[in-house]
Amino acid sequence: MRRRQLVRHGKAVVLIAIGGALGATLRHAVGAAAGGALFVTLTVNAVGSFGLGLLLFDARADDVLSKRSRYVLGTGFFASFTTYSTFVADVLQTAPGLAVLYVVASYAAGFGGVIASRTVVSAASGGGIRPPTSGDG
Amino acid sequence: MEVLLVSIGGAAGATLRYLVGQLVDGTSFPWATLVVNALGSFVLGAVTVGVSDADALLIVSVGFCGAFTTFSSFSFQTVSLWDRGEKRTAVLNAVGNLVVSLVAFAAAWQLVP
Repeated sequence: MRRRQLVRHGKAVVLIAIGGALGATLRHAVGAAAGGALFVTLTVNAVGSFGLGLLLFDARADDVLSKRSRYVLGTGFFASFTTYSTFVADVLQTAPGLAVLYVVASYAAGFGGVIASRTVVSAASGGGIRPPTSGDG
Repeated sequence: MEVLLVSIGGAAGATLRYLVGQLVDGTSFPWATLVVNALGSFVLGAVTVGVSDADALLIVSVGFCGAFTTFSSFSFQTVSLWDRGEKRTAVLNAVGNLVVSLVAFAAAWQLVP
């Protein structure tokens, strides 16, 4: 790996590590405050999907945020604030009927969060979101 | 103390997720997210049955697995596939992440004594 690539990855890793530490800690704090209820993961995943959507749609619209803030807040914070593994653990530890409802509600909340963030960015930027390209996101 | 343990695991999980993304980069299907979600679910399944130490669980389960896997990137990528008109791939991604991760978690339960 060339030196320039190493430096680029090194900076990204530091920013992502900081964001990841904050995201995981806040997720844990929310869970602790809510007493470990089943729908905590769903709420965290919905809020995090909305937050990540704001950042990534902004990149396709005004591009107000720098690449550096996308590392800290996107790949670091919001991606780590949300969790798929705990969601899977929740599903397997819930009675089958409720588990199906939980999966449907979680997916609806996650996709809904992304779509809501697109609406917000679209309104804030005057509707100028570029369409996604192959491999985007 | 709890904050420190979760932070360490979260920093490691997020960093490793980024590195997996760099390795698997460049395809139109979001393979990297599928890989981290499945691997993270496997590890969470394994420590759920194999580890009883509370501090270790904070680092590995809450911190590492929680941050290594991601629901927000999964949601964004699924919506992006749908927006690009790749609706079947979007559905495949949504169902695939769920099935593969559930199987990975359950397999860990079977494999860890």
